[in-house]
Amino acid sequence: MSKLLTISPSPHVHTSDSVNKIMYRVLLALVPALAWSFFMFGFEAIRVTLIAVAACVAFEYLIQKFIMKEIPQITDGSAALTGILLAFNVPASLPTWMIIVGALVAIGVGKLSFGGLGNNPFNPALVGRVFLLISFPVHMTSWPVTQHAAVDALTTATPLALLKEGVKAGQPVSEIMTALPSNLNLLYGNMSGSLGEISAMFLLLGFGYMLWKKVITWHIPVFVLGTIFVFQGALWMLNPENFIEPLFHLLTGGAMLGAIFMATDMVTSPMTVKGQLIFGVGIGVITVLIRNFGAYPEGISFAILIMNGFTPLINAYIKPKRFGGTK
Amino acid sequence: MSDTIIYTMIALSAIGILAAVILYLVAQKFKVYEDPRIDEVENALPGANCGGCGYAGCRAFAEACVKESELSSLFCPVGGNDCMGGVADILGLEAIAQDPKIAVVRCNGTCDHRPKTNQYDGATSCAVASSLYAGDTGCQFGCLGHGDCVAACDFDAIHMNQETGLPEVVDDKCVACGACVEACPKTLIELRKRGPKDRKIYVSCRNEDKGGVAKKSCEVACIGCSKCFKVCPFDAITMNNNLAFIDSDKCKLCRKCVVECPTNAIIEVGFPPRKVKTDLPPKPAIKKEVPKKAEGKSSEDIKPDNLEKK
Amino acid sequence: MLKTFKLGGVHPAENKLSANKAIEKLALPKSVFIPVAQHIGAPAQALVKKGDQVKVGQLIAKSGGFVSANIHSSVSGKIKKVDLSMDSSGYPKQGFYIDVEDDEWEDGIDTSSELVENFEADSKTIIDKINAAGVVGLGGATFPTHVKLMPPQGMKAEVLLINGVECEPYLTSDHRVMLEKAEELLVGIRLLMCALQVNKAHIGIENNKPDAINHLNKLTASDSAIDVVPLKVKYPQGGEKQLIKAVTGREVPSGALPISVGAVVSNVGTALAVYDAVQKNKPLVERVVTVTGKSVAKPSNLLVRIGTPVQDLIDAAGGLPEDTGKVISGGPMMGKAISTTDIPVTKGTSGILILPKKEANREQMKNCIRCTRCVTVCPMGLEPYFLMTVSDKQIWEKAEGNNIMDCIECGSCSYTCPADRPLLDYIRLGKGKVGNIIRNRKN
Repeated sequence: MSKLLTISPSPHVHTSDSVNKIMYRVLLALVPALAWSFFMFGFEAIRVTLIAVAACVAFEYLIQKFIMKEIPQITDGSAALTGILLAFNVPASLPTWMIIVGALVAIGVGKLSFGGLGNNPFNPALVGRVFLLISFPVHMTSWPVTQHAAVDALTTATPLALLKEGVKAGQPVSEIMTALPSNLNLLYGNMSGSLGEISAMFLLLGFGYMLWKKVITWHIPVFVLGTIFVFQGALWMLNPENFIEPLFHLLTGGAMLGAIFMATDMVTSPMTVKGQLIFGVGIGVITVLIRNFGAYPEGISFAILIMNGFTPLINAYIKPKRFGGTK
Repeated sequence: MSDTIIYTMIALSAIGILAAVILYLVAQKFKVYEDPRIDEVENALPGANCGGCGYAGCRAFAEACVKESELSSLFCPVGGNDCMGGVADILGLEAIAQDPKIAVVRCNGTCDHRPKTNQYDGATSCAVASSLYAGDTGCQFGCLGHGDCVAACDFDAIHMNQETGLPEVVDDKCVACGACVEACPKTLIELRKRGPKDRKIYVSCRNEDKGGVAKKSCEVACIGCSKCFKVCPFDAITMNNNLAFIDSDKCKLCRKCVVECPTNAIIEVGFPPRKVKTDLPPKPAIKKEVPKKAEGKSSEDIKPDNLEKK
Repeated sequence: MLKTFKLGGVHPAENKLSANKAIEKLALPKSVFIPVAQHIGAPAQALVKKGDQVKVGQLIAKSGGFVSANIHSSVSGKIKKVDLSMDSSGYPKQGFYIDVEDDEWEDGIDTSSELVENFEADSKTIIDKINAAGVVGLGGATFPTHVKLMPPQGMKAEVLLINGVECEPYLTSDHRVMLEKAEELLVGIRLLMCALQVNKAHIGIENNKPDAINHLNKLTASDSAIDVVPLKVKYPQGGEKQLIKAVTGREVPSGALPISVGAVVSNVGTALAVYDAVQKNKPLVERVVTVTGKSVAKPSNLLVRIGTPVQDLIDAAGGLPEDTGKVISGGPMMGKAISTTDIPVTKGTSGILILPKKEANREQMKNCIRCTRCVTVCPMGLEPYFLMTVSDKQIWEKAEGNNIMDCIECGSCSYTCPADRPLLDYIRLGKGKVGNIIRNRKN
């Protein structure tokens, strides 16, 4: 025969979906929140984002090529995604060299030291962020004032930090709340904070897009946010003087960003819906505990990292429902 | 202030001593007696944990050695006779010397010898390919070329030759652990006696088809003509299912069969080049270093022709 | 809400190119090769030898055991030789080479197209006739039908399911049979019901074939014993266990046969063959085969004799296209790629699919990102990513412990994997190994 036929095991057709498409869709889903942060923090936000993305991609390339001696896989979009998520998790005023150090830790330690995409037990961007938070706590918790704030100051505190300080000082919650932005402002993101976490609305927009494109399922974000709402709601009902209303906790800090974009990281979250329920509830509970009783005003990054650590265990014990299995 | 330091030191020391006592008592209580010779034997072994002896690692083999009363059924192919001599000394037993062995790939179906009949595009694994179908050439017995043997080798002793598409054993590195033998789904790899100066003669084919079918699928297939069987003065060759097999224990490396084989299926390795007799058609004696170059040339020569035919 | 099975499933592009093409009769080939093993089970024993003259429908190889099937000559002519020939996987298989001369049928076979509706046969006679005619499951699994009709001791069939799902993309042979041979098909179904002694039959059809659903609905309107169940389009609904779940809601336990929940599933093509065997005395010597593909000039549904070279079918559909990369016997999800078009059509050949070069090759495999898609789509509720890992690392105990033997090899996992990992390749390998281990343990 003049030309050889191809032989391969079935199936012979394949979905048009690919890892690259998934990564690029997540990136696209981050665009609205990114645009909002550019609007709120101006040039500084652009600087942080560009440096974080460039550093992550560069480190991925260099480490894969020269240390791991593999063909670099930077086009799959995962390094760029880590870069954007890292940028989303730091203040816009962070010095350039710190961002680069964070990127090195995120890519080098968080991802490639475990073997690269798919093998990392922890979300790389969060590893980078927590490293920065612990190493440079001052820089990581001084938040630049947004461009459109009427306050005449260089830095300000996030709503969560204001709340924490107030509670520590023994003020009742109702009194602190007068100094906090309204829920509406929190929703569209007129507050201070890390680059990407401020606007709940635009993050939800990205969530909608990812659901539409079937990049992720609704389970983990709903489990995480639902748990925060219910748990905080219970505390609030018990003692409204010490605990703030639950909606505040959903809209502030990294709750939305974490629940929608970080906890849903496929590599580090459980495979089955039941496992995702445990995972999501765990994140929600730990977040509320840290926020209310811990030293840090914000706790979702720690919560996600802790539950990331449990993921292999969850995967090993929670098996999907089997067809014809014993009930 | 100094009080605090002193109290702390006393308290910590007390805890330390207490813990040490508890640990000692527990260790005594749960002590498991183990023959100290096991450790000695294990130290005498190469420690490759390759499983070539048939046991799960060197420790298991050492335990087996200590348990047995004689060493005839136990042999470490990696350490060889020296190592087993050492083990025998420790145990006060007698080592039974075995001839050193080496893995040999019994397929010579290079791209030139064995035209492809289809293009495989599944998972790169011989096991997967062989569970799917016979192979990408007309020969259902031949090498699939996806390198399961290479992946199985712990000693970096077997490599794929990109030009021929066949695995090649590095004589100096091969310890005959048999991992590749296990890995090959076509059972092409055999552990043979390592001849003097690494010389060996073997039938580089496993094709059990009838002569015509075999020849059609591969130029250098054994067609089962029995010529080598008849010419062998040492009864080293057996014929089975249209396939000749040379027993490496009986073969005296006389090379008579090599000349006789009409398809060049019998390969000699490690011999000095023969004098070419003028009345016989020249047989390419395959020397250890030569094949790469020779075949490289020939494949280059042939390739343009093939393209034109297409 | 249309019925369907619950767990997993995918929806590949349907590409039913030949759905509107009526079944055509393919001209007789010049020569045929009829293998003795065209079914699951023991190969048949040859009854004729080189030089013998045979007629169409003549028994040329006798069933070689309980799970086995008779083989009949599909043409009349002279046995050229009884020899080996390469099958689709490249291994040689025994069979008959027959040179075709005329078209002379064995005596007693009704070759007219007249509908014979009435029958008074009892269960035993029907099963014997099906056995004699060498009928096997024509959906692709080729399990001998008479064995299926005789439930093991202590089990009783309650319901007959007729599989008109045809969930494989591209294939349309069952669809055309339901449209063009509906009357015969219904008689076949009644025969199967009689053989099984059940009084209820459901015909499961995916709702991408509304014409077939309507047509059969019209014909079964007066018969309360047979009804048509439209099903939501979802692959692999044609899988026995999935179809039973979709239509009756019953779940076949892991490792058990469908009969354990009282169901017997039969393909529409098989029901038609049963009609031919019992009412027409005609053994299984021909079947409908879809020849299709995006670059095929004339996608068609052909009625061909068993043993016809695949090349003849492709020629009838306009020849092998220039850009052919892969030829598949069966559908794109579960079919087998073939290395040569010289192989014959056998009882299990439901279609010949020709894929162009650009669709023939797989993408480079990437790292698993644990996106969970394989787990979500697995219709058996398995964890393909995990089974692939343990099969690759050869940890057979874990593979067995995670129910690798439940896999129905539908290919949904490999189809859906965004990292292009060959999940099913490794699972199939593991299944083979674990199967051997289990068998050895029993012995």
